[in-house]
Amino acid sequence: MNAFSCQSARSFKSVIWTAGLVLLAAIVLAVASLLPESSPLHASAFVVSLAGKYLAYAMLALSVDLVWGFAGILTLGHAAFFGLGGYAMGMYLMREIGARGAYGDANLPDFMVFLSWKSLPWYWCGTDHFAWAMMLVLVVPALLAGVFGWLAFRSRVSGVYLSIITQALTYALMLAFFQNGFGFGGNNGLTDFKDILGADLHAPATRAALLVATGIALAASLLAARFIVGSRFGNLLVAVRDSENRTRFLGYRPDQVKLLVWIFSAMLAAVGGALYVTQVGIINPGEFAPANSIESVIWVAVGGRGTLSGAVLGAILVNFGKTLFTAWLPEFWLYGLGLLFICTTLFLPNGIMGLWRPTRKNDPEDITPEVSAPEGEHP
Amino acid sequence: MTEALLLDVRDVSVTFDGFRAINSLSLALKPGEMRAIVGPNGAGKTTMMDIITGKTRPDSGTATFKGHDLTRLDEPAIARLGIGRKFQKPTVFEALTVTENLLLSLKGIRSPFAVLFARQSSRERARLAELLSLTRLENVANSTAGDMSHGQKQWLEIGMLMGQEPDLLLVDEPVAGMTDAETMATADLLREINKTRSVVVVEHDMDFVRALGVPVTVLHEGSVLAEGTLDDVSADPRVIEVYLGR
Repeated sequence: MNAFSCQSARSFKSVIWTAGLVLLAAIVLAVASLLPESSPLHASAFVVSLAGKYLAYAMLALSVDLVWGFAGILTLGHAAFFGLGGYAMGMYLMREIGARGAYGDANLPDFMVFLSWKSLPWYWCGTDHFAWAMMLVLVVPALLAGVFGWLAFRSRVSGVYLSIITQALTYALMLAFFQNGFGFGGNNGLTDFKDILGADLHAPATRAALLVATGIALAASLLAARFIVGSRFGNLLVAVRDSENRTRFLGYRPDQVKLLVWIFSAMLAAVGGALYVTQVGIINPGEFAPANSIESVIWVAVGGRGTLSGAVLGAILVNFGKTLFTAWLPEFWLYGLGLLFICTTLFLPNGIMGLWRPTRKNDPEDITPEVSAPEGEHP
Repeated sequence: MTEALLLDVRDVSVTFDGFRAINSLSLALKPGEMRAIVGPNGAGKTTMMDIITGKTRPDSGTATFKGHDLTRLDEPAIARLGIGRKFQKPTVFEALTVTENLLLSLKGIRSPFAVLFARQSSRERARLAELLSLTRLENVANSTAGDMSHGQKQWLEIGMLMGQEPDLLLVDEPVAGMTDAETMATADLLREINKTRSVVVVEHDMDFVRALGVPVTVLHEGSVLAEGTLDDVSADPRVIEVYLGR
C-alpha cells in the first residue's frame, strides 16, 4: 500500500488548522483593539467589527458547504436561517434597550410605540431573557428547516427544483419581515441596540469579547462539522449526494440523512446570524434578500466546495474583496463578483483549496493494481 | 402449502400510462432456491424486480417476503428485511474508498443518528477483511472506488451485496459486457452464494443460464410464459416463437 492511498481523501486535517487560525486571529485582533490608540498595533473599532462580520459570514458559508458540499443540496436560501437567528438576537437586544429608547417606553420597542401598539405580540414574550432568546436563535430556524426539509426530502424534491424553493423560502420571509404588522420593525428592522447582558455594545471591551465569541463559535462549528463529515455519517452523506437511490437499496433513508444535516446546518447559520447582529448593530429584511444566499454559495465555490476550510477562506476573502471594492469602485462590485464566480467555475472547480490538493486522477502513484487482469478484462 | 415460501408474488399487474408492463404475474421462490428469469426486451423483468424491491407499486396483486407484505413497504424497509439488489450497471459510491463502500453496506446500523456516532467494531473489521478477500480487492482497499476498472466495480458491488447479508439476492444481468471467462466465473460465484442465500438472476445470456443449471422462468409481455428446466423451456414451442419471432 503506498502512502498516498492510505491517506483518506476526506480526513480534513486542514479544518483543525483553520479552526485554530480563526480563533488565534480573533484573539489577536481583540487584544490589539484593547491597546491604547497611540500604540502602532492598535486595531480600530471598525476593523474589529469588520472582522466579526467576516467570521459570522464564514459561519454561514460553513453551513452552506455542509449541505451543498456533502449532501448535494444546493441551497439558495440559507440566508433565511442566518436572518432568523439574527432577528432572534435582535429581539433580545431591542428589549435590552428598555426605557432608553426614543419614546422612553420601558416595555415596548420604539417601532411598536410608533405603530401605537399597546402591548407586546405574544412571540416577543420572554425575549428580554438572554437564555430564552438564545433558545429561539437555535430552535426557530431548526423548526423551519425541519418542516421545510421534511416536506422537500420526503417528496424527493432535489436538484434545481429544491434550489428554487429554497430561494422562494427566503424571498417569502423577506416579504413577511417587510410588513410592519409582522411585528419585527418592517423596513427598518431592529436597530439602535445599546447593550448585551448589561455590557455596552459600543465599548471596546464588549466588541473585543464579541469578536472572540464569534471566533470560538466558528472554530467550534468547524470542529463539529469535521466530526460529522469525517465520521461514517459523512461517508453516508457523500453516498447520498452521489447516488441517493443506491443508498435506499442498502436500507438507508436518504431523506432522514439529509434532514439531519440540513437542520444542523440551519442552526449553524442561525448562530452566525445572531453573532452578526451583535457586531453590525442592525438586522433588517434585506438580510433575507435572495442575492445574499447566492453570494454565500459563491463564497463556498471560491474557497472550495466540500472542504469546510474552503468555505471559511472563501467567505473571508470574498468579503474582504467586497470591502475594498465597494470603497474604490462601488458600481463594479457585482460585476467583479460575477466574474469571480465564472472564473472559479472555469479554472478552479475545486476552489482555492483545490490549488494545493493533488488531483487524484493524474497521480502516478494512484494507479490501481490489476486485480481483474487475470480474467482478461480491461477495456 | 407445506413449505413456507420465501418470496411469493401473486397475480401482480402494473400499468404505466396505459401500457401493461406486468400482467397478472406470479412467481414463488422457496428458501435457498436459485431462479433464472429470461425473456425478451420489454417482457417486464426489471419491472418485476422494481416491485419486489419497492421501487414500483403494483396496481393489483400481492407480493410477500418472509410473510411481510412488500407492497406496503418502501425500498429501505425492504432492503432491511433482507432483499439485496444488484443493478445491471455497477453502482458504487465513486467518491468513497473501497473500504468505505463496504462499511456502508454492512448489515446493522441504519438510522442516521446511530451512523453519526458509530465506531468501527471488531466484528465489522473482521467482516470487512473477509469481504475484501472474497472480492479480491485487498490491494485497493483504500483507493477511491471511482478510480477502479469496470470489473473491479462489479466485484465491489457484489461485495457490498454480501455485506448486507440478504436472504434473497436479485441480480440484474450480471454478465452484460463480460468476457466468456468472466461469465463462467460469475456463474461459479453465484452458485457459491446460493449455498447460503436465495438468488433470482435476470439474464439474456443463455450460456450463462445453462452454466447456472437452475430452474428457469420465461417472461413474455408481463406474464409467465413457461417455467421449468432450461431444456424443457427451450423445447416449448411458445418460447421458441417468442425468442425467434417466427
